[in-house]
Amino acid sequence: MIITKQKNLEEILRVLGNGPVFLIGCSECATLCHTGGKDEIGAMKEALEKRKIPVSGCIILDPACHLNNNKRMLKEYSKEIDRSDKILVFACGNGVQTVAELFAEKEILTGTDTLFLGEISRGNEFDKRCMLCGECLLDIFGGFCPVTRCPKSMLNGPCGGSSGGKCEISSEMECVWDRIYQQLKNKGKLQVIDVIQKPKDWSKAVEMKRRV
Amino acid sequence: MSYRSNLEKILSEGRFVVTAEIGPPKGSDAKKIRDKAEIVRGSANAFNITDNQTAVVRMSSLAGCVILLQMDLEPIMQMTCRDRNRIGLQSDVLGAAALGVRNILCLTGDHQSFGNHPAAKGVFDVDSIQLLQIIKNMRDAGVFQSGDPLLAERPSVFLGAAANPYADPFEIQVDLLRKKIDAGAEFIQTQSVYNVEKFARWMDDVQSQGLDKKVHILAGITPLKSVRMTERMKFHVPGTDVPDVVYQRMKNASDPAKEGYTIALETIRELKILPGIHGIHITALFWEEIIPALVKDAGLFHQI
Ligand code: SF4
Ligand code: SF4
Repeated sequence: MIITKQKNLEEILRVLGNGPVFLIGCSECATLCHTGGKDEIGAMKEALEKRKIPVSGCIILDPACHLNNNKRMLKEYSKEIDRSDKILVFACGNGVQTVAELFAEKEILTGTDTLFLGEISRGNEFDKRCMLCGECLLDIFGGFCPVTRCPKSMLNGPCGGSSGGKCEISSEMECVWDRIYQQLKNKGKLQVIDVIQKPKDWSKAVEMKRRV
Repeated sequence: MSYRSNLEKILSEGRFVVTAEIGPPKGSDAKKIRDKAEIVRGSANAFNITDNQTAVVRMSSLAGCVILLQMDLEPIMQMTCRDRNRIGLQSDVLGAAALGVRNILCLTGDHQSFGNHPAAKGVFDVDSIQLLQIIKNMRDAGVFQSGDPLLAERPSVFLGAAANPYADPFEIQVDLLRKKIDAGAEFIQTQSVYNVEKFARWMDDVQSQGLDKKVHILAGITPLKSVRMTERMKFHVPGTDVPDVVYQRMKNASDPAKEGYTIALETIRELKILPGIHGIHITALFWEEIIPALVKDAGLFHQI
């Protein structure tokens, strides 16, 4: 899932200036991480109206990153959208761009910061898991991604700062190499660590388009 | 036999070696580095020049190395993977070799969040083990990382790496050392030693696998200058192990700098007689002036 966080209200207000504005949320990731679901869009509408900023309408796209689906869904709201020069989107960076694609004449504003691709580990907790490197190495590392979860993307074992299962960057962060080590040990596959992993092929990560 | 560097030569002859670290200045004044080098001249066989250590911007390691070469001192160029991708690293290896640098220490590097530009984008395109292998292949096989051949002269360098017996998981630290040797490490400079007992346990494992015959291990020493520094090392610097007894000694001392010096001296004496140790690497953080006395009092002077 794409994990986002809402920009703080002051920042949104500063960029937004005066309304009217049309609000867009997303039924998928932004709903699950509480940044652009029905509840959050409703609360945002209220907060803006309290500050005398007119909201001409709102919609939760299903999901915001689907271009043709967006066209279809937004058609029903053409009147409300016409009344606003500004559209404020609460979705991931992808969702915002898919909306921007459809409204060349409007000002598209972003209500969220897009953080990472991660899992919902608890109700309100999200953890980074993948950086879309284009050539997945998870098979080697027992299902834990050092490319993403080690701040130094170390492919050949932990750095000298790994301590008690924690990362040297912060005692709040686990050292993914400690997880990899435990996992390989449990599976009797520690010899994997002896293999020198070659530098990663980042040419795989520059794809801009895929057709099937 | 021809040696790539004097450091390689004396290590190969089985002589006990001293290396010392010189941190380049936060400015462009070459005199700063020359002054530091003059203090330690004659007290070590070769001198590490750090590469933006702890992610704080300083004069480049390569420039520092060239300044040392102009003074007829032998540099060890530290290279980290934080600030350059494989293109930049390989290019600097060629440049360094062209300018006369003959020793390179390959490190992954401290994360940028520790330094004075936490907003920087870290590179980490390769890690220290991959960097070792890349340079070894440039030198021995005449190919770049991509497989493309070098065309004019291969960099003739003596390769080193770091090892930390105090990092976790302890059980794989020897495996990581073996991996570094496989990748190309010919000498090792260890994390600073305060806990000799744990270091000796690690050395036992190293020896039982015969790794001390395959690589020259230099044990790290960083004299403690104050109680504050001891606390920073004990509680805040990742991957260091300052035992409680050392901490107590520093706290109870009427002259902590003197006590720190004594502890360093004792540690060197213990390390010197450990089988498999081929030298001492001194990192005297902002205390370079202590190095000549330390080397002399530890009885290392006549070796240089
Ligand atoms: S190896 Fe690449 S694709 Fe696989 S989880 Fe890690 S970043 Fe994602
Ligand atoms: S402590 Fe572990 S996760 Fe953190 S940088 Fe080092 S190897 Fe990576």
